[in-house]
Amino acid sequence: MSDHPLTSDRTIALGEAPVGFRGRILALDVDRAQGAGLPGHELERRLIELGFVEGADVELLHQGLFGGDPIAVRVAASTIALRRREAMAVVASSGGSIP
Amino acid sequence: MNGVVDLAPPPAGTAGPLSSLSAPVVALVGNPNCGKTALFNALTGSRQKVANYPGVTVEKKTGQLTTPAGRAVRVVDLPGTYSLRARSPDEEITRDVVLGRLASDVSPDLIVCVADASNLRLALRLVLELKRVGRPVLLSLNMMDIARKRGIEIDLEKLASALGVPVVSSIAVRRGGTDELLAGLDRALGRDVTGGPSDWHAPDARELRRAQREADRLLRLVVQNEGRLDPGTARADAILLHPVAGIVVLLAILFVVFQAVFAWARPLMDLISEVFTWFGALVGAAPLPEILRSFLKDGVIAGVGSVVVFLPQIVILFFFILLLEDLGYMARAAFLMDKIMGGAGLHGRAFIPLLSSFACAIPGIMATRVIDDRRDRLTTILVAPLMTCSARIPVYTLIISAFVPDREVWGFAGLQGLVMFGLYASGILAALGVSFVAKRLFWRSEAGEPFMLELPDYKIPQLKSLALGIWARALAFLKRAGTTILSMMILIWVLASFPMAPQGATEPAIDYSFAAMIGHAIEPLTRPLGFNWQINVALIPGMAAREVAVGALGTIYSIDGGESAAEKIGQVLAGQWSLATALALLAWYVFAPQCASTLAVIRRETGSWKWMAVTFFYMLALAYAAALLVFQVAAAFGAS
Repeated sequence: MSDHPLTSDRTIALGEAPVGFRGRILALDVDRAQGAGLPGHELERRLIELGFVEGADVELLHQGLFGGDPIAVRVAASTIALRRREAMAVVASSGGSIP
Repeated sequence: MNGVVDLAPPPAGTAGPLSSLSAPVVALVGNPNCGKTALFNALTGSRQKVANYPGVTVEKKTGQLTTPAGRAVRVVDLPGTYSLRARSPDEEITRDVVLGRLASDVSPDLIVCVADASNLRLALRLVLELKRVGRPVLLSLNMMDIARKRGIEIDLEKLASALGVPVVSSIAVRRGGTDELLAGLDRALGRDVTGGPSDWHAPDARELRRAQREADRLLRLVVQNEGRLDPGTARADAILLHPVAGIVVLLAILFVVFQAVFAWARPLMDLISEVFTWFGALVGAAPLPEILRSFLKDGVIAGVGSVVVFLPQIVILFFFILLLEDLGYMARAAFLMDKIMGGAGLHGRAFIPLLSSFACAIPGIMATRVIDDRRDRLTTILVAPLMTCSARIPVYTLIISAFVPDREVWGFAGLQGLVMFGLYASGILAALGVSFVAKRLFWRSEAGEPFMLELPDYKIPQLKSLALGIWARALAFLKRAGTTILSMMILIWVLASFPMAPQGATEPAIDYSFAAMIGHAIEPLTRPLGFNWQINVALIPGMAAREVAVGALGTIYSIDGGESAAEKIGQVLAGQWSLATALALLAWYVFAPQCASTLAVIRRETGSWKWMAVTFFYMLALAYAAALLVFQVAAAFGAS
């Protein structure tokens, strides 16, 4: 299943991804979400509680009018709305998975 | 036999019949949007009540049901959560009830974890966490019909044995849809088990990750065809979450809601106030001692009437809020408004409460319950009374028509309309400013709540659930706000009625009252605002309801003619006041905490006198500053 090498140069933070982006979560890296409204350890736990764990498929479905913020992300079987600054912590491989 | 599950001591001082105290307690726990409330409604029907947990703003919903085996069960509907880790006051309640930590409450004998069968992934992780609490757990896969329709197949038996907890399916919205769950309750409560000791602790990221992986493994094992986006939801969101079209639709919806609260409620409100006026007249004509008659008519009946008159607005507003919530649209509205509201330090969900505050701050403040985060909710409550409510309109209209010339400016706009618009705009700008400051003043030390929420699939709302929700809130409003507001009304009546005018008095009776004494006493304070003592006196009954000030001014200036006297009052005022005074009074009315009912509702909704006092004093300070500025500037420009 996880045939995407971690060293792939096609990794992208979800906070920077365009609408229509499909990928798979490689890691949660809270250090990349410096502007987040929460301390790193708390942000990480909240992201996991909403289903952002390594290996989950993600797709960026919608974004807001101003600055493309917030974003609506499909994570496995749920749709989660969050701001881009918090989504910076979610590192995904681009290309996505073939179901 | 009931088993020996009732280890918890009966709660002291809890309201309710004695027999229900020994009944086993079942707590409903689940992710937000799992259909938990609909299930709660289906289980308990009208045998439920909404109250507040002591000291917090969190709604406490309890109800009763009887199982097929004849067992009386108390059901507690707990706030939705993804984890027992408690990130908000709502989730703390869920955690504390589940763990049996809440001293004033009973601890549950059974935890029913409610899960959306079409969205199991996050719920399964919660079940794994609940299992560690050491109480019996039952998993109810709700909305099974929707899951089946979407081709999702779940092997319940396999899931039950893999999880080690009983699993049943339920369809809250269908007759007989809770039969399996009820039978499951009987089986679970009939068993003589109390669960083991709790080894729950707040999980760290590593444990959460491991639990989610385990949940994902179970999911692959027992569920087929999960994960695809609901096609209907995808189609709807293509428009409703479109950056431009979505906002247009949202504004259209808000316009309809505003119209409804503002206009549709009007005939009903008129009817209610006519009934109370008629009733008051009836009492007024009764052969009673003068003082008792005045107390009943002007104190009690007018007081009760002034509360009940808001009921149509509250019912209509909650109809829309619950409808949008049940549809799954509320989360989308928050998504669309997040950036705009966030700039002022408000939550995206604050939009609807603030909008309805244009009709009346009371339903608006009650509607802040849609905001989960306590700080965001308090900020919204603080600024809601700054929105120009409909009760200000009679006062604005009176003063504007008496003092602002009716002429066109810039070729198209009426000057009077412009002033009115300016008053509305001042309120909005002040609200944005205050929320901006409050965010920094009160919660500076705490990190800002990030915007992270699930966008549920759209669902067709159920009329019964909707009706029950509205009913519970209407009842709660009448019961809780009624007592506080009524006592304030009576206080205001006392101030305006005592001491009574002496025999053969020539001045209006109110001139001899405490209200007049206060009016004279604070005259030195209000002189810099250009207010004379007559205005001060009118402001006191104006506390009952802002528009009452118009009638009170009529009384003080001895203008008779009842309801239709507004024009006459205007003429008299134009002769008595300077333009600067009139403008200062307008500025005062934009900001002043001139509504006892609103303050009482803030007290009830926040559960503290502190926030009522904060609201009162900051609004008073703003009003004083604004009126002072307006009067001094206007007077300097020769408008006196």
